[in-house]
Amino acid sequence: MIKVSGLTKDYGARRAINNVSFDAQQGEIVGFLGPNGAGKTTTMRILTGYMPPTDGEAIVAGYDVVEESLEVRKRVGYLPETVPLYNDMVVFDYLKFMGELRQVPDVEDRVDEVLEMVALGDRSSGYIGNLSKGMRQRVGLAQALLHRPEVLILDEPTIGLDPGQVVEVRQLIREIGKERTVLLSTHLLNEAQNICDRVLIINQGKIVAEDTTENLQARLLGAERVIVRVRGDADDELASTVKQIKGVRGVEVKSDGAIEFEFASGKDLRPEVAKQVIKAGYDLLELRPLGMSLEEIFLELTGPDSKRK
Amino acid sequence: MKNIWTIAKREYDNYFNSPLAYVVAFSMFLPIGIYFSIIMFASSQQAAYGGGSAPDNGPITWLFVFLLIFLGPAITMRSLSDEARMGTLELLLTAPVRDFELVAGKWLGAFLFVLTLALVTLIFPIILNNYVSPGIDLKAMVCSYIGVILVSSTLLALGVGISAVFTNQFAAFFVTLGLFFFLWFMVSLPASYLPKGGDVFTYISLSSHFADTMNRGTLNLSDIVYYLSLTALGLFVGTTAIEIRRWR
Repeated sequence: MIKVSGLTKDYGARRAINNVSFDAQQGEIVGFLGPNGAGKTTTMRILTGYMPPTDGEAIVAGYDVVEESLEVRKRVGYLPETVPLYNDMVVFDYLKFMGELRQVPDVEDRVDEVLEMVALGDRSSGYIGNLSKGMRQRVGLAQALLHRPEVLILDEPTIGLDPGQVVEVRQLIREIGKERTVLLSTHLLNEAQNICDRVLIINQGKIVAEDTTENLQARLLGAERVIVRVRGDADDELASTVKQIKGVRGVEVKSDGAIEFEFASGKDLRPEVAKQVIKAGYDLLELRPLGMSLEEIFLELTGPDSKRK
Repeated sequence: MKNIWTIAKREYDNYFNSPLAYVVAFSMFLPIGIYFSIIMFASSQQAAYGGGSAPDNGPITWLFVFLLIFLGPAITMRSLSDEARMGTLELLLTAPVRDFELVAGKWLGAFLFVLTLALVTLIFPIILNNYVSPGIDLKAMVCSYIGVILVSSTLLALGVGISAVFTNQFAAFFVTLGLFFFLWFMVSLPASYLPKGGDVFTYISLSSHFADTMNRGTLNLSDIVYYLSLTALGLFVGTTAIEIRRWR
């Protein structure tokens, strides 16, 4: 559905994105992660036909974004980051206008339908200028969904929403993502973890990682980290007991009285550790694998002193 | 082509949502109304002493176009510059709409708004028609109004074109006003000082094609071509400016 190869965009002398390649299938939700200014919005703007790339090629819904821009734009729903809306228009009229531009059949019925989807049915006769930020966001989303697009491109779709609405919008995106392609950018890593099938991490205009969130964790860590908690505070004696077990490395006594260690992924040493801890006379309370959070992966990949760049 | 109409319709409705339209209408009708009253008063005075000529619609249509030089920039200043400032241009440029359709739609919306104003001024010729005997020269009146339509079309196309270049509406306003001023008053000035070839400057002047011909009841093909080509130029400038925005 989306196929991008070697995409490059220069703003004057500054290279915003550099040789970006990826693809997304139908029924897939792809998350676009990266720090501010990494090139997320630029990539999305190229994919929506807003501006042409300096170099490279992008095929969206089977059409080239430069050569067949109008065909692409017919099939793409887009929610820009700033959620631009006409403040002096009534919600319903605005959506009807956008629907007419996109040649939606039976546009008035469809507007009502979409307003229900984003839970704004009761505000359809209100002025957009009087809406809260979360409601504006939902009007923007309604606009992107109007023409039942094959590809949905959402730039920070849940920003400014309250927690209840975030859950609803994510639910909605997941629903849409079942039969359409969704590309969304986000700062919120748990959001990516939550709704995306696959994550692209972009930094300084380049894609630095592309995988499912689970695979990213496994790949980056290369080892599994486990936390051991016993009744009372752990001491050096316990640490040395754990250290003696074959295959265990990086034993550390934490300030909160727990012990952390890691072992190469593949062979699980937890039963052995449990046995030894009990044998040494401690009351074992907890033995828990410590997954690397997406936050850590993200910092690892995009941080200024990133080793894996 | 349907897109042009969709955009024009929103633009037209939008004029009546903003106070600007009412300010423009007020600034248009008040001077015209006062001017009309003075003409009526003066000509009835003259007629009472057995002199003067019957008034016609010429001064009214001339004043309409003259005021449009100043009010036109206010009508078009926001049309595309404000879309760029608010970011809504991004929505329009990612909708399946050609750049030309967007610019033409914006122009058509403004044009229909000015036509609405012109329609209201028809009340003055109607009053005149009942007032003078045997009625006013209808052919000349139609000719004047064709002129009004053509001049409005030209001014608004140039205004929309300039508005597409700027993101700040005031920049668009002053550049448009400057251009209108130049094309209306200044460009024909050298004509009277040059021994030869001054006709070129008269030809470029906006006012010569209206005030000297159409508003006096003569319809020339050259005048129509002049206004239509300037309209096309305005729309072309606007479309190009939007295309350049995409590449930046």
